[in-house]
Amino acid sequence: MASGTRTKLLVLGSLLLVSLLVPLLFPSPFHLRVAALVWINAVAALGLALLMGLAGQVSLGHAGFLGIGAYATALGPKHLGLDPLASMGLGLVAAGLLAFLVGRPILRLKGHYLAVATLGLGILVHLVLVSEVPITGGPDGIQVPRLELLGWRVAGPATWYGITGIVLLLAAWLALNLEDSSTGRALRALHDSEVAASVVGVDVARHKLVVFVIAAVYAALAGGLFALFNRFVTPDVAGFLRSIELVTMVVIGGMGSILGAVVGAALLTVLPQALTLFHEYEHAVLGLLIILFMVFLRQGIVPGIAGLLTRRRAA
Amino acid sequence: MSLLEARSISIAFGGIRALDSVGFAVDPGEVLAIIGPNGAGKTTLFNIVTGLYRAQAGEVRLEGREVTGLPPHALAARGLARTFQNLQIFFRMSALENVMVGRHLKERRRLWAELLGLPSVLRENRESRERARELLAFVGLAERAGEAAAALPYGALKRLEIARALACEPKVLMLDEPAAGCNPVETEEIDRLILAIARKGVAVVLVEHDMKLVMRISDRVLVLEQGRVLAEGTPREVRSDPRVIEAYLGRHGLETAHAA
Repeated sequence: MASGTRTKLLVLGSLLLVSLLVPLLFPSPFHLRVAALVWINAVAALGLALLMGLAGQVSLGHAGFLGIGAYATALGPKHLGLDPLASMGLGLVAAGLLAFLVGRPILRLKGHYLAVATLGLGILVHLVLVSEVPITGGPDGIQVPRLELLGWRVAGPATWYGITGIVLLLAAWLALNLEDSSTGRALRALHDSEVAASVVGVDVARHKLVVFVIAAVYAALAGGLFALFNRFVTPDVAGFLRSIELVTMVVIGGMGSILGAVVGAALLTVLPQALTLFHEYEHAVLGLLIILFMVFLRQGIVPGIAGLLTRRRAA
Repeated sequence: MSLLEARSISIAFGGIRALDSVGFAVDPGEVLAIIGPNGAGKTTLFNIVTGLYRAQAGEVRLEGREVTGLPPHALAARGLARTFQNLQIFFRMSALENVMVGRHLKERRRLWAELLGLPSVLRENRESRERARELLAFVGLAERAGEAAAALPYGALKRLEIARALACEPKVLMLDEPAAGCNPVETEEIDRLILAIARKGVAVVLVEHDMKLVMRISDRVLVLEQGRVLAEGTPREVRSDPRVIEAYLGRHGLETAHAA
């Protein structure tokens, strides 16, 4: 989707508006906790939306990077005596580096090799988190120390709602800027035709690698935020189901749409909470809703509704 | 020394010699047409020179420097641009954006500046947009700049590809069947376009089936048949070459005579 300054302001403005309205409409700590989770998941979905929507590459193990960010934040203070925030920074670097090392040989190939390779990578990360009990705490998970900034103990759903909201806005701002740049145009171009992109001078392999690393860092950032916010992580954060959930967020919201990634993340985070009243049918109803969305809004929620609106205006 | 020179290029696909020691050379401002029956190896030659295929023998030189086997994006950086026989359009982008992608190498592409949306990046976007508009006007698509590329008719897409290639500011422009599938009016427009491009000093190499177009605009014609050079010369020389006449008409003429 073309950005331009006006689209940028529109997207950021609507995100800001919603994030200001939510605490007014749903002030209870429970609701704010869920909303903070939405913003965290949206950060990861945003990165994946850049990879899938702009460049047309799929990562089926993206939760692996989520896990690296989360566990770096949990383990840094315990094993290295680092500050939680510095540990999280280390996690971002580690995730970016791993994406670079895995992506470099694979992204030279055409086709869905990245999907298969990342699937393996995700499973590997999960396996290490489960089995290295002395280091990671194993399947039972591990406690994360409370974040303190210059003596300020960061706590409470409202505080975390604010922090995650600001991080999401920043992440969306960076993503929108990238879209509306030479690199962004090159990514969208190679999505449509790698050969045509390369003959106008786009280094296809390098560009795919760049966006894969960015997507990995976004996921690790979301993982780190989740660890600090939840103060407890289990290997589930890196599980295969989480990876599929992230891909679903991007597809359902609308590939290639920044706002779509946020809407998709909101839907897949809030719906399971709302559907608990269906008890054991919760997952069946969730699956059904996803199918319905895909049948009636095939391009995803945000591009689909935008298309309906412009058609109505034209008619 | 010619601007672009291909020497004794050979390639075989599964034992079949698609090209057997074929070569050509072009100078700035010159229009060279490569013609020949289907399967003569024209597009294969194009794909080797532009770095999509790797030749098994032979070399390609651009401005005297050997560029054999360089990837397409490196060749583009050295001034070689091309279009495709079966369109390669960025269908999810607007016509304007398609041409803007052609500006890729002229943009500075510093990732940090791009992520932060620094003023220098915005200025560069504006410059690319303006230049792309000029090029769309040059190929006659000024009014369709904002339209999705997917919504443009075939003839317009052919010209869109030329505009995108020109955005690279190439020294050599290679056009693979620029008039294929175009009606006579569109063909004439492409005709004029190619001559205007050559007049600017760009070397144009084209593969084309439309003989009228080839004879009208080419300075020299290279005729391929079954992977070999059959003839080379001015359009007049080639047209009266008995081997060329046989390759195009003669044998077919003889066969139909025998059948009847």
